[in-house]
Amino acid sequence: MSGTGPLLEVSDLRTHFLTGRGAVRAVDGVSFTLERGRTLGVVGESGSGKTVLARSIMGLLPARNVVRTGEVTYDGRRLTGLSPAELREVWGAEISMVFQDPMTSLNPVVRIGRQITETMRFHLELPEAESRARAAELLRSVGIPEPERRLRAYPHELSGGMRQRVTIAIALACGPRLLLADEPTTALDVTVQAQILSLLGRQQRERFMAMILVTHDLGVVAGRTDEIAVMYAGRIVERAPTEVLFSDMRMRYTQALFRSIPRITDPGHRRLQAIGGRPPDLVAPPRGCPFAPRCRYARERCHAEAPALTEAGPGHTYACWYPAEPGEVAAEAAALASEAMP
Amino acid sequence: MAGSGTAHLRTGDALLRVENLVVEFPAGPGRRVHAVSDVSLDLLQGETLGLVGESGCGKSTTGRAIMQLPRPTAGHVWFEGRDLTRLDGDELRRTRTRLQMIFQDPISSLNPRRRVREIVGEPLAIWGIGGPGERARRVAEVLEAVGLDAEAAGDRRPHQFSGGQCQRISIARALMLEPKLVICDEPVSALDVSVQAQILNLLEDMKARYGLTMIFIAHDLAVVRNVSDRVAVMYLGKLCEVAVADDLYRAPAHPYTATLLASVPVPDPTVRPDPSVNELDAELPSPLAPPSGCRFRTRCPRAEAVCAEREPQIREVSPGHFAACHFALEPPAAATPSHTSWRERDA
Repeated sequence: MSGTGPLLEVSDLRTHFLTGRGAVRAVDGVSFTLERGRTLGVVGESGSGKTVLARSIMGLLPARNVVRTGEVTYDGRRLTGLSPAELREVWGAEISMVFQDPMTSLNPVVRIGRQITETMRFHLELPEAESRARAAELLRSVGIPEPERRLRAYPHELSGGMRQRVTIAIALACGPRLLLADEPTTALDVTVQAQILSLLGRQQRERFMAMILVTHDLGVVAGRTDEIAVMYAGRIVERAPTEVLFSDMRMRYTQALFRSIPRITDPGHRRLQAIGGRPPDLVAPPRGCPFAPRCRYARERCHAEAPALTEAGPGHTYACWYPAEPGEVAAEAAALASEAMP
Repeated sequence: MAGSGTAHLRTGDALLRVENLVVEFPAGPGRRVHAVSDVSLDLLQGETLGLVGESGCGKSTTGRAIMQLPRPTAGHVWFEGRDLTRLDGDELRRTRTRLQMIFQDPISSLNPRRRVREIVGEPLAIWGIGGPGERARRVAEVLEAVGLDAEAAGDRRPHQFSGGQCQRISIARALMLEPKLVICDEPVSALDVSVQAQILNLLEDMKARYGLTMIFIAHDLAVVRNVSDRVAVMYLGKLCEVAVADDLYRAPAHPYTATLLASVPVPDPTVRPDPSVNELDAELPSPLAPPSGCRFRTRCPRAEAVCAEREPQIREVSPGHFAACHFALEPPAAATPSHTSWRERDA
């Protein structure tokens, strides 16, 4: 089924892990759609549920002690109802994933070549010689020099950046239409990060592939996405087209997160606006807004009642009772930048 | 980058003066890892020096070699007028009370079986400072200073705290003996951004309160700018550039510094990093056999024949701004961010 509707629809997705202390509500009611060929950035801190969201979409969850409810529909097909065998037909062929640590996502005792051709032989049923030729071509396209020689290398013989290029080549091998990239550059140096992000962007455009880029770094998503969803305590608390989010963020958590990062253009020794406290315990999240206990704008209502998603403009929604003024945060950032100029 | 020399060292009373530091590790028959090769640095009282560079550049090794952990292969480390490399074990131990380190992973750098009160008070116990009452008072004082409730935190163990709180405990322990110099090795890299801001603010407060001098080692260039007075950039065991933080960020003189700065993703969708970053050859040369001449030349967009033949010496390219490059950029040549849509970029 190759419809004209959105490529991915997630509706009221909840993933709860059952522990001795109770259910950890890691993803707690997430809904969004993603159009073909578009990039969605998912931003949040540790424990916000961003990685579990990506894994829940993929169906890559532990077999036991997990309750997933809600629906994930990919190209008109309900992924949430598929058996593990049916999911294996989707993984790699339709939806692929790139993980944070390329050392642990590659098999250390299998040569690079076999790890790339494995998916091609499974999904495309290509003969060995042809899949090797395609693997070499893939390695070249992800910027690995001497690809034929590299096919015989083991992961430990490559640098971290090269390894991540290999995992991207594996993810792209069968021409998926959706790529989930979970912190793909977090383990890499900054110059390598820039190269890997460019590579992902280029591959995505050439293949008209949709991408969900999961990261903790607002800088990474700013330049690389069409839209951004900000997660906190298992929920999307603000979502907007990328330019709109940065010029007009409304949710107080988005604002606090943005204010807390030191920027390379800021003057030295600037007092940072830290967010006090820590994220809520997801076994017993607060009754009202999950950010209220740390929010300096919180009032009574925030503690009593969870804010519903409010529409601020086309494609821009946020969950906040007392949001920032439109443009408030962008104006602050501009003032700071001009202060730093000589 | 990649040069040697001491032109950037200042005359007068430096609290710390590192001269021609070399750290090499044996790596099998006839092979050596050239981790730090002829690095010189100095710090004035009350100053914060940021030490930046990518993995494997030798920044952490430099920090540890200053502490004599392990002792450097060659070079001198002058601290309060004494050469640490010449001190014997006992004298070194005594001097180290005024030199402290804070590490990246706050959880693994604390003994999980001890209570916070014991961890923070251990330096006093080791040196036999004060009686039980005096020690308890000082532990409580330093815990409060780093923003922990001494009453509630003292009896708990590290696993009962978050990463950010563990880093506060590490800072408290480092401050216990009232050191002069604190070497922070990636102190906020393992923390979330909201917590990172708390710890960076805390370090600034502690610096003011205890009159500290700091070396701040980190890979995050924005964090380093925030805390540093001067910044030194390292590449493959050598220094590239040293300058006052604002000068270095506004007008990087070394091609490697310019590349690093252009690679940093900026949280502003209208600002695009310099696409020339993608032309940098991704592979770092092996520290077992570093390139001849300038060590950065194999990846440098400006490299010429001379770069392979002669190692550039550190020289002053503008007042107080030092770089080790045959073709150090004139200061105003900093990369200007271009304004294009991300979809047009890298095409």
